[in-house]
Amino acid sequence: MGVTLTESAARHIRRSLDKRGHGEGLRLGVRTSGCSGMAYVLEYADQVAAGDSVFESHGIKVLVDQKSLVYLDGTVLDYTREGLNEGFKFQNPNQKDTCGCGESFSV
Amino acid sequence: MALLQISEPGQSPDPHTRKFVAGIDLGTTNSLIATVREGEVVVLPDASGDVLLPSVVRFEADGRVTVGRAAQQAEIADPLNTIASVKRLMGRGRADVADSPYRLTGGAEGMVRIETVAGAKTPVEVSAQILAVLKARLEETLGGPLTAAVITVPAYFDEAQRQATKDAARLAGIEVLRLLNEPTAAAVAYGLDRNPEGLYCVYDLGGGTFDVSLLRLSEGVFEVLATGGDAALGGDDMDAAIVALWRARGARPESPEETRRLLRAARDARERLTLETEVAVDVAPIYAGRLSRDDLDAAIDPLIERTLVACRRVLKDAGAPVAEIGEVVLVGGATRTPRVRERVGALFRKEPLHDIDPDRVVAVGAARQADLLAGNAGAADMLLLDVIPLSLGIEIMGGLAEKIIPRNAPIPASRAQDFTTYKDGQGALAIHVVQGERDLVAECRSLARFELRGIPPMVAGAARIRVTFQVDADGLLSVSARETTSGAESRVTVRPSFGLSDAEIERMLQDSIASAESDAAARALREQQVEADRMIEAVRAAMAADEDLLAPGEREAIAARIAALKEARGGEDPRRIREEIAALDGASARFAARRMDAGLERAMKGRSVTEFR
Repeated sequence: MGVTLTESAARHIRRSLDKRGHGEGLRLGVRTSGCSGMAYVLEYADQVAAGDSVFESHGIKVLVDQKSLVYLDGTVLDYTREGLNEGFKFQNPNQKDTCGCGESFSV
Repeated sequence: MALLQISEPGQSPDPHTRKFVAGIDLGTTNSLIATVREGEVVVLPDASGDVLLPSVVRFEADGRVTVGRAAQQAEIADPLNTIASVKRLMGRGRADVADSPYRLTGGAEGMVRIETVAGAKTPVEVSAQILAVLKARLEETLGGPLTAAVITVPAYFDEAQRQATKDAARLAGIEVLRLLNEPTAAAVAYGLDRNPEGLYCVYDLGGGTFDVSLLRLSEGVFEVLATGGDAALGGDDMDAAIVALWRARGARPESPEETRRLLRAARDARERLTLETEVAVDVAPIYAGRLSRDDLDAAIDPLIERTLVACRRVLKDAGAPVAEIGEVVLVGGATRTPRVRERVGALFRKEPLHDIDPDRVVAVGAARQADLLAGNAGAADMLLLDVIPLSLGIEIMGGLAEKIIPRNAPIPASRAQDFTTYKDGQGALAIHVVQGERDLVAECRSLARFELRGIPPMVAGAARIRVTFQVDADGLLSVSARETTSGAESRVTVRPSFGLSDAEIERMLQDSIASAESDAAARALREQQVEADRMIEAVRAAMAADEDLLAPGEREAIAARIAALKEARGGEDPRRIREEIAALDGASARFAARRMDAGLERAMKGRSVTEFR
């Protein structure tokens, strides 16, 4: 299982990492906060931490810490355009509810 | 469903607290909005992919308001209700605006108003419409509310114009993080902060304003050493120069609409001449012909020369030789004109930087600055210093202006100076805040007046009144006065209904250079006159208080000297006044000594010697 990227997500991440000039890959995670309990973490990763699971998807290294993996297992990260806006979307099978704005979720 | 962006490690935003900040270039011709996404500046386009929003607003009788290209298209059909280049009217009084294609109203005081079918509109309201459209564009693009923005203004904008810009933002529901000078924003966009330390020049020729700024970069910090320019000079004037050429060749526009069509054709021809050497012009039935690049160069050379004069003045102000300028940055659509590049390059003896789209570069820098101020940016803590365009001070006795914050002082700035009372028992002090380079208040611009009351009765010169000038990061001024013994305090925030016109700033600067000599003479005279008045006042008060201490004949001798001093004071010769002051001082010296003895005696009477140990 683990975590995967769609092709468009991988392409965008590759471009962003190149522009940034450094970074091991991408870190995905969850933390508690927000109105329905949890929020996603989507960050550049500069180093692999102890306990990280490392997934490789379309040539991008995706790091997930142990605790987060419980909630993210099976997630597909997509990059889409909606109207004028574009950005990343978590397709998470563990997710039961989002708070309407999609910034936080519960499992 | 919100879409997420990648954050720097450890900086994932909390949900529902994402802050969108933006940089806004509120331009004379076009306006833009840019923001930082994933560390990269993006200039946001509208739904049809255009990033430039024409700064044109149309008001219709039914209350409908259109902004941008749609409004621009109505410009010819509905010229009086379609407002373009409103930035030129920001913070101006009716008297500041010579001619305008619109119906302007407004009294001697207060901001000019534009009469439209939807009623009278202030330039602030018109600008707010433009800002509101940009705000909506960002919110639609990012899917969240715009929290705050950095808005750019020409370096030459005075307090009134800056305040008007802030008011427009507030009206549009945008919190202003900071007003940033346009040239400063451009330097940030070019990342000149990563360049070697040294001097950099920003040449910004936009649609309606010309700014030149000399920046010094040292230890990663930008300081604006000097700014100059002409806020009524730009691409619009080039278009007018082309139309003037066409008139000379027989074009006869018969209505404002026809003139506008010619102006639009002129702009179009000028833009095409950037790549071509000759273009055909057809504005049937008003004019048809050809325009070559040589024609264009000849027509606009006098305008370019004016910009170069301003460049030289700025270099001179800062005492910077041309050879020390590290880079020259071109900003503003009009710098695409090859002749501009050529002549700027010749003046600075180097090829100017122009690889960032000169229309976008200011918005890009503003967005970077907004990101920084919002605390989103990473390690690079860049600090921007702006300067005060004209000296700020107060009026002192004799109608003289005492400068408290000099021109080109970096802001934010805070300076204090101590003043005192002029008459015995003076209970209040009128403080008149002025801006300008001249020594005489009459030649400077009045910004505000306020009074400090509650000064305890003291002899002239004993009170200590500390006047503090504070200019915040947006260039807005507050002045406070505090009498230090009693703690009486009074303050004012300068929010004039309209301030200095750009023409005035320009004229005042020129005047101050041209008339430095006569100013110095006038100042010397006034100083002696004030001193004479003070002396006469003091001696008279003393004679009235201690008449009994006057020796026989002394009153007449002193009175004669007072009369002589008064006569000298009425003349124009400061040296004679000084001599008469010395004569009066001599004539009253013995009387003054007796008064002091008597005063001492009074003070000591009835007290034991130990009290004076």
